[in-house]
Amino acid sequence: MIETKHVDFYYSSFHALKNISMMMEERTVTALIGPSGCGKSTFLRLFNRMNDLIDDTRVSGECLIDGEDIYSKSVAVDELRKRVGMVFQKPNPFPKSIFENVAYGLRVNGTRDRSFIARRVEDSLRAAALWEEVKDKLRESAFALSGGQQQRLCIARALAVSPSVLLMDEPASALDPISTSKIEELIASLKQDYTIVIVTHNMQQAARVSDKTGFFMMGELVEFGDTKKIFSDPVNEQTRNYVNGRFG
Amino acid sequence: MNRKMKQALAFATFRLLGVLVVGVLFSILGFIIYNGAGVINWKFLSASPEEGMSAGGIFPAIVGTLWLIAGSIAIAFPIGVMSGIYIHEYLGNRWIVKVIRVMTNNLGGIPSIVFGLFGMALFVHAFGFGDSILAGSFTLGLLVLPLIIRTTEEALKAIPDTYRAGSYALGAGKLQTIFRVTLPVALPNIITGLILSIGRVSGETAPILFTVAAYFLPRLPSGIFDQVMALPYHLYVIATSGTDIEASRPMAYGTALVLVMIVFMMNLLATVSRLRLGKKTKMD
Ligand SMILES: Nc1ncnc2c1ncn2[C@@H]1O[C@H](COP(=O)(O)OP(=O)(O)OP(=O)(O)O)[C@@H](O)[C@H]1O
Ligand SMILES: [Mg+2]
Repeated sequence: MIETKHVDFYYSSFHALKNISMMMEERTVTALIGPSGCGKSTFLRLFNRMNDLIDDTRVSGECLIDGEDIYSKSVAVDELRKRVGMVFQKPNPFPKSIFENVAYGLRVNGTRDRSFIARRVEDSLRAAALWEEVKDKLRESAFALSGGQQQRLCIARALAVSPSVLLMDEPASALDPISTSKIEELIASLKQDYTIVIVTHNMQQAARVSDKTGFFMMGELVEFGDTKKIFSDPVNEQTRNYVNGRFG
Repeated sequence: MNRKMKQALAFATFRLLGVLVVGVLFSILGFIIYNGAGVINWKFLSASPEEGMSAGGIFPAIVGTLWLIAGSIAIAFPIGVMSGIYIHEYLGNRWIVKVIRVMTNNLGGIPSIVFGLFGMALFVHAFGFGDSILAGSFTLGLLVLPLIIRTTEEALKAIPDTYRAGSYALGAGKLQTIFRVTLPVALPNIITGLILSIGRVSGETAPILFTVAAYFLPRLPSGIFDQVMALPYHLYVIATSGTDIEASRPMAYGTALVLVMIVFMMNLLATVSRLRLGKKTKMD
C-alpha cells in the first residue's frame, strides 16, 4: 500500500506539489490525470525517489510504502528502487541484448546464479507478454524490436527484480494503437500481483485500466476517487470539465 | 537573381570548395607517394640507417615511433577517459567544470615545443627518467590528454539521460551505471578521440626532441629507460642535416610515406573497431 500525507515538493523555489494526501491500495491500478505541467510525473517519481537525481529539490510530508517512510534515513535508495519499478514514457532499453536487458537489474544487484537469472528472464518476459515473440532471439539487440515490444521489454526488465509496485509514466504515449492495447491488457493482468500507478493523458485509457483516479491541477490533487465515479459523476467542476475534454 | 539560382550558386560554391579540400589532401598524399614509394622496400623497412643516413633503412625509427604511440596512449587514455567521466558524470554542472574546461582548452592550445621543454624539466630531470621512452611517452601523453578528456566528455554528453534513468530505476548505483550502460554506449565516440590522439602523437616532433628522440641510434631500445629514434624527428634530421642532404632526400620521402601509412593504419584499425562497437551499441 502506498500512502502520502501532506506531501509538498519543490524544484528550488518552484512549488510543484502542494499538500498531497492520497492512498493507493495493494493490487489496484491508480491513474493520475491532469493538464500538462500539473505535477503528475513529479508525484510519480516520489515513490522510487527518482526526484533525488535532480539537483536542488526538496520534499516534505510523509511518503509511505507498506507503512515505511521511504524518505527516512534508514532506507537504502537502491533497495527501494528494486521494490518500486518504473516504466518510462519513451521505451529506453539498454544497448544490450534482449536477455541482458532483462537480466540487468539482477546482475547489478549481485545475482550470479545463471540458471536463476535465466529462469527470471523467462518468467519476466512471459509476465510482460513478450516471451513468445522473442524466445528465439534472446541474444539479439533490444533495438531490433518494435517500439511496442521495446516497451514491454522495459516492463519485463522492471519485473525481473521482483518489485511490488510498478510506476508507469505515460507508458503508451509513444506507441501505436495496437501496441497500446497490448500494454493495457498487460496492465490488467499485472494488477493481480502488483500495485500499479500510471500517468496518462488518455482519458479512455485511464477509464479502461484503472480502479482509482486522481486528478491533478497546478500541483494540487483536485479530486481522487473511484475511476467510475470520477468519469461519470465527479464532485468537482474542474474535474468534470477535464474528463469531458473541455480543457487541458 | 531568383532563389533557385542563388541556391544553385551556393551549392556549386560548396561543391567546388569541397573538391578543392579533397584535391589538396590527395595532392599531398600523391606527392609523398610519388617521391617516397621508390625507396620503400623490405630493406628500407627492416634495416638500420647506414652511410650517414643516406642509405639503409629506418627500422629503429619505426619501432621507436610505435613505442611512443603505445607508451603515451597507455598513459593518457586511461587518465583522460577517467577524467572525462569524473567531470561529466560526477561534477555535472558545477562552476568548477567550467574552470576545468577552460584550463584543458588552454592546455590544448599550448605549442608543443613548450610541452617538450616542460617534459624535459619534469620527466627527464626532476623525475630522473633521463632521455627515455618513459619521459617521451609522458610528455606526449600530456600533450594529448586535453583531447582525450574533451572527446570523452562530449561522448558522455551525447548519451540521453533516459539510459541513466533506466539503470538507476532498477536499483543500479552510479558506478554500475557508468560501467555497464554509459561507457559502453559512449565507447565508439571515445575511440574517435583515441584515433585523433594517435595521429597527433605519431607526428609530433617538438615534444620528443628533448625527452627521448635520438639523432642516430641504429639499434632497438632495450627498455623504457632507453632512447629511441622516431619517424618525425628522423625525417627532420635527414631533411635538414646529415652528411649528404641530396643523397638522403629520397630517404626522407620514404620516411614520410611510412609515417603517413602508420597513422593511416592506426586510424583504419580504430575506425573498424569503432564501427563494430557502434553496431552493437547503436542508439535509436
Ligand atoms: N527538473 C525540473 N526542474 C525544475 N522544474 C521542473 C522540473 N521538472 C518539472 N518541473 C516543473 O514542475 C512542474 C510539474 O512537472 P511534471 O513533469 O511533474 O508535470 P506533468 O504533469 O508530468 O506534465 P506532463 O503531462 O507534461 O508530463 C512543471 O511546471 C515543470 O515545469
Ligand atoms: Mg509527465
